[in-house]
Amino acid sequence: MGQHVLLIEDEPNIAEAIRFVLARDGWQVSVLADGALAVAEVSRLRPDLVILDLMLPGKSGLEIVAQLRAAPGTQSLPVMMLTAKGLARDRDAALAAGVSVFITKPFANADIVAQARAMVGL
Amino acid sequence: MPFNLLVLVCFTYVFFLFLVAYLVERRAARGRVAWLRSPLVYTLSLSIYCTAWTFYGAVGYAARSGLEFLTIYLGPTLVFIGWWWVLRKLVRIGRQHRVTSIGDLISSRYGKSNLLGVMVTVLAVVAATPYIALQLQSVTLSFGVFASDTPEGWALPDRNATAIWVAVGLALFTVLFGTRNLDAKEQHHGIVTAIAVEAVVKLVALLAVGVFVVWGLADGPADMAGRITASKIAAWNLQPGRWFGIIFLAAAAVICLPRMFQVLVVEDGDERHLARASWAFPLYLFLMSLFIVPIAVLGLERLPAGSNPDMFVLTLPLAAGQGGLALLAFLGGFSSATSMVIIEAIALSTMVSNHIVMPLWLRFRPQMAVSGDLRRIVLLARRLSIAGVLALGYGYFRLSGGSTALAAIGLISFAGVAQVLPAMLGGIFWRGATRVGAAAGLGIGFVTWAYTMFLPSFGSGGVISAQVFSDGLFGIIWLRPQALFGVDGMDPLLHAVFWSMVLNTVAFILGSLLTFPGPEERLQGAAFVNVFEAGNTGPRPWARGQAEPEALLVMSQRILGDAALGLFATEAKAQGKEGYLPDASPEFVDQLERRLAGSVGAATAHAMISQLVGGDRVSVEDLMAVANESAQIMEYSGRLEAQQIELSRTAGALREANAKLMQVSVQKDAFLSQISHELRTPMTSIRAFSELLMEGDAPVQVVSAQAGIIHTEAIRLTRLLDDLLDLSVLENGSVQLDLGVCNLAAMIDRAFVAAGSFTAERGFLVARNAADEDVFLHTDADRLVQVFINLITNVRKYCDVAQPRLRIVVRQKAGRVTIDFIDNGTALPKAAQGVIFEKFARLTDPARAGGAGLGLAICREVMANLGGSIGYLPGQGGPAFRVTVPLHLGQIGGRG
Repeated sequence: MGQHVLLIEDEPNIAEAIRFVLARDGWQVSVLADGALAVAEVSRLRPDLVILDLMLPGKSGLEIVAQLRAAPGTQSLPVMMLTAKGLARDRDAALAAGVSVFITKPFANADIVAQARAMVGL
Repeated sequence: MPFNLLVLVCFTYVFFLFLVAYLVERRAARGRVAWLRSPLVYTLSLSIYCTAWTFYGAVGYAARSGLEFLTIYLGPTLVFIGWWWVLRKLVRIGRQHRVTSIGDLISSRYGKSNLLGVMVTVLAVVAATPYIALQLQSVTLSFGVFASDTPEGWALPDRNATAIWVAVGLALFTVLFGTRNLDAKEQHHGIVTAIAVEAVVKLVALLAVGVFVVWGLADGPADMAGRITASKIAAWNLQPGRWFGIIFLAAAAVICLPRMFQVLVVEDGDERHLARASWAFPLYLFLMSLFIVPIAVLGLERLPAGSNPDMFVLTLPLAAGQGGLALLAFLGGFSSATSMVIIEAIALSTMVSNHIVMPLWLRFRPQMAVSGDLRRIVLLARRLSIAGVLALGYGYFRLSGGSTALAAIGLISFAGVAQVLPAMLGGIFWRGATRVGAAAGLGIGFVTWAYTMFLPSFGSGGVISAQVFSDGLFGIIWLRPQALFGVDGMDPLLHAVFWSMVLNTVAFILGSLLTFPGPEERLQGAAFVNVFEAGNTGPRPWARGQAEPEALLVMSQRILGDAALGLFATEAKAQGKEGYLPDASPEFVDQLERRLAGSVGAATAHAMISQLVGGDRVSVEDLMAVANESAQIMEYSGRLEAQQIELSRTAGALREANAKLMQVSVQKDAFLSQISHELRTPMTSIRAFSELLMEGDAPVQVVSAQAGIIHTEAIRLTRLLDDLLDLSVLENGSVQLDLGVCNLAAMIDRAFVAAGSFTAERGFLVARNAADEDVFLHTDADRLVQVFINLITNVRKYCDVAQPRLRIVVRQKAGRVTIDFIDNGTALPKAAQGVIFEKFARLTDPARAGGAGLGLAICREVMANLGGSIGYLPGQGGPAFRVTVPLHLGQIGGRG
């Protein structure tokens, strides 16, 4: 056990909810609120999965994904993107940027867990 | 000789003439008109100048007044020899402008004015009336002479009955001759030829009588000369004034008489014929006048005193027992009278129908112009006009008593038609002549002539009472008909001619100088005056076969489209040709021109056809007409252009409005998207934690914490919805303001209380000035406090120094109060200063803001509603906001 997930979310209550359900499922969860630090944290922590919000202070989720996909070590790192923007064009932009799974807020807790498991092959 | 035999002879003669005319017309119809259009026929047709007046009346004139009769011959002779160039110009103009009568000439010259056409027509009809009466009188007299077989010649039981029969006969004759069919060019080949035959008959008859008199009754020229010297004719003095006046009248008449214009210009119109006629016609006149004096002298010598000298030509042979010669002379006189009446009636009826009847008819029955059979109407109008003209002549004959000397009657007519002279000569030589001038001259000349000559010819007490004769009109002495303006003792004829011509000319010249011609008038004036200038070719019939049918078809298709093909095919079929290309016959080209004119205008159509039909250059007139049409088209396209500009302006405005709408729509989409985002965020926490709570297996502390989060997010959601509603109300301007007077310090206190009650995690220092804040405002206190709360809360939330300080500065200026909120945090960057008042413009992370970013947007709307404003105040060292509010809202006025 001990799959490592990095959660990047600026809304503290939402971050707490996701952390709670994943931790209960056995994940090791790291939480980050600032988008500007995201890429550095990924290379430092080397998580198995990244969950990030689309709208982040400091750096937007799409930019972070693009940087991750450009770097050699994180080209195939599974990335789950969350957003409160419900528009189809946001989803398209996210998938085009290399996001593996796109989930719209509000979400079902079970959904997050199931998707996270599937992404790391559990 | 029995009267019935005479009538039979007349009928036979008329039948013979009719036959001549008929055969000639048949030849003409087959296109063989070459010999008909010879100078000889032309010259002979001009001899209708010599009417019964010259045939019978000249002898009477000589017997009464001596050599003065020669003036009647001298006038035309001078014109034909000396004024040949005037005639040539008239003929050229007549041909180029397809002039149909003298009325048409005048009307056409002065801008196709129908008023002038009517005036000339009326003048001509009135002036011709005595002249026609003269012919009736002479024929009646000659009948009388024969029927009675006595030299006195007054034996007919009822002179008036004879006259009426003569009139009816002449009318029928003219109708049969002149209106059998309708010719667009008003040419009557048959009649002209018959007139030429009659000219020969009257010349031969008069010469025969003359020869008989000189060599039969007298003993040759020498004896004759002696008799003349012995007679009283030699003793008559010449009156230079009358000579000059009558020569002038005769010269004017030969141009202006409607019938002379008809044969001179309308019927032939070949200038080469005119060259021959310029010496041949004077020669004819010379021959006609050669034996007048001998006949008069012998008549006076031989016949009993009291015999009518007008009938000497008949009575001399009769008295000498020469019945055959007398019959020839009778036929000569008959020819003179009939030829004059026929042509005069034709010319007048053309004018009456063209200038009076048809315009009236078309005015009252306008639909006839396009659909009806106008030919029938025109012919009927002409026939009735002919009958009318002869009826007038008969009426004059009855009124004037039928006893006046023939020459005296003729001169009245001459003076009448001479009134056209100024307008005509002015029209063809003076470009400055105008319609008004012509109308004034004609009108005044006509009235003067009628008053001084025509009406007095009915005799004192006839139409004009004896009192007017002696005391003048309305008792005004200088309005006496025969002593106008107090000019007394003048010969009545000279008096009338002098005044009518002088007043006419003066009015014409003054009228022309004082008025300005219209465009069409100017155009016609130039075309008439400059008729001989190179390139000035008027409309004329198209020559045969000069245009390529293919070229015509191509051009027509450009204008008419496929209809042109049908038109050509129909014509080809009518011509009996294979395919769709007919011969370009003149008729077809004419038809085509009319058809094209319907599409592109007459002038343009003419010019286009001219391009294809070689040899006929485009004239100045054509070009000017084209220019005229082009000007209309340009004006039209100018209007179109203006509309175009207007339309594109409208389109631009629409585009702008549309762009604005699009922008608003984009803003609305962005706003909705942001609202959605702002609603979904608290909703996400609520859903996630409520799912966890529903599992029901968590410890109490965890449940409590999670329920607390759900509660906080629910409140956040509610506040967001409240803000949105508030903003919506404020933006719509439908906010209800609760106005009242309130102290500013009290309002700021309330704001601090409200803001402080929220979160007390961080205290901060506040600097205020109680004196400055002691201001009473008339405003909505609750709304203003809402703005203050917002600003204070922002300081509490965003001030990023350890010890936050807020300074509140109040100032008054010009009825307004400014309240500045300045704290000691980090000042906003320039870019941010512009957007902080926009909706959802949250600069920092949402956790600290705790709102949806609508606060300052709401503040801006509130201040707008309160008639004030809120703005960022740069250069204060830290974040600073200035609220401006009117002291009294009602005075300065809020929004809406």
